[in-house]
Amino acid sequence: MTDIEHALRRSAAQLPAEPPPEVDARLPEAAGDAGVLDVAYSEVDSPVGRLMVAATPRGLVRVAFPLEPSDAVLEQLAERVSPRVLEAPARLDDVRRELDEYFEGRRQRFEIRIDWFLTHGFFRRVLRNTARIGYGKVSTYGEVAARAGSPRAVRAAGNALGSNPIPIVVPCHRVVRTGGALGGYGGGLDRKEFLLKLEGALPEGPRGS
Amino acid sequence: MSLPPFQAVLDSHRRDLYRFLVASVGPNEADDCFQETVIAAMRAYPRLNHGRNLRAWLLRIAQRKAIDAHRARSRRPLPVEHLPERPVPPGAVADGETELWTAVRALPTKQRAAVFCRSVLGMPYAELGELLDSTEEAARRNVHEGLKRLREEWGQ
Repeated sequence: MTDIEHALRRSAAQLPAEPPPEVDARLPEAAGDAGVLDVAYSEVDSPVGRLMVAATPRGLVRVAFPLEPSDAVLEQLAERVSPRVLEAPARLDDVRRELDEYFEGRRQRFEIRIDWFLTHGFFRRVLRNTARIGYGKVSTYGEVAARAGSPRAVRAAGNALGSNPIPIVVPCHRVVRTGGALGGYGGGLDRKEFLLKLEGALPEGPRGS
Repeated sequence: MSLPPFQAVLDSHRRDLYRFLVASVGPNEADDCFQETVIAAMRAYPRLNHGRNLRAWLLRIAQRKAIDAHRARSRRPLPVEHLPERPVPPGAVADGETELWTAVRALPTKQRAAVFCRSVLGMPYAELGELLDSTEEAARRNVHEGLKRLREEWGQ
């Protein structure tokens, strides 16, 4: 390395190391306004852990529990929706507010728009029907399968619910087994139990699956 | 083919990108150029065939934005000593800046990029060739010529 290169390296230390915070902060909005932001994501704290939420311009496309590594969630979104993914907390303000209200017991219906892009065919029909199960109510896997048009596809309905890309907001926790056992839950059974108790659909106290 | 989420690209390269722009257009215009570069990059991103050499790709876009900024400035009224091909931005010598950076900024575009990326970022010549849209050999020459010129003008 030559004298001049040493001098360059030394004085490079005087250059600002990174963009000022306000430049970073306005970037997602500028990208959104320019129409180049396809997936905005953020984190939302909740009693069931820190949730990763993602939205497209069409609506909420993904909610992920902490047991899914956020890198994996973002890579999935990049591959299946669009690689134009940015962390953009302000674009998820409505989602955050409605989730906060729900967990505080002040909201029984989500009004945010949903983007069903990550689901298809029978799975999408199952999840759309699940979205109609009211707060504090439960339905069974069989009923959900029947409403999606395939009464005998109970196991497939279970798979559809297990792969729900938008848990909590699309309330797959409200689907239980005939006879009242909890069944399964992609986010873990303790979370399912927590959500059902929050809604008053389960008596307090332990309950097996 | 799968491209990483753009946020990951930005997290990996935003510091190099910003410093490249400060070195190219000065601190006053770097902020706007940074935002313009990121938006232009996001516009083009889904059409990329692969996710390799993303830093060179990003800096190439930054270089075009820097040239645009120089041109825009040269259309505005300027101090008399301004030379169009070797623009020295007005107010380039801001706090914490050295004359050396003013000399770097006055280099021809390719030499400026070459000198900065090689000396400050330690960029391999193959990647630098990608950035300059030239061969590795030409990238090497640009570094050499740029450093030679700096040495002369900076007075060493």
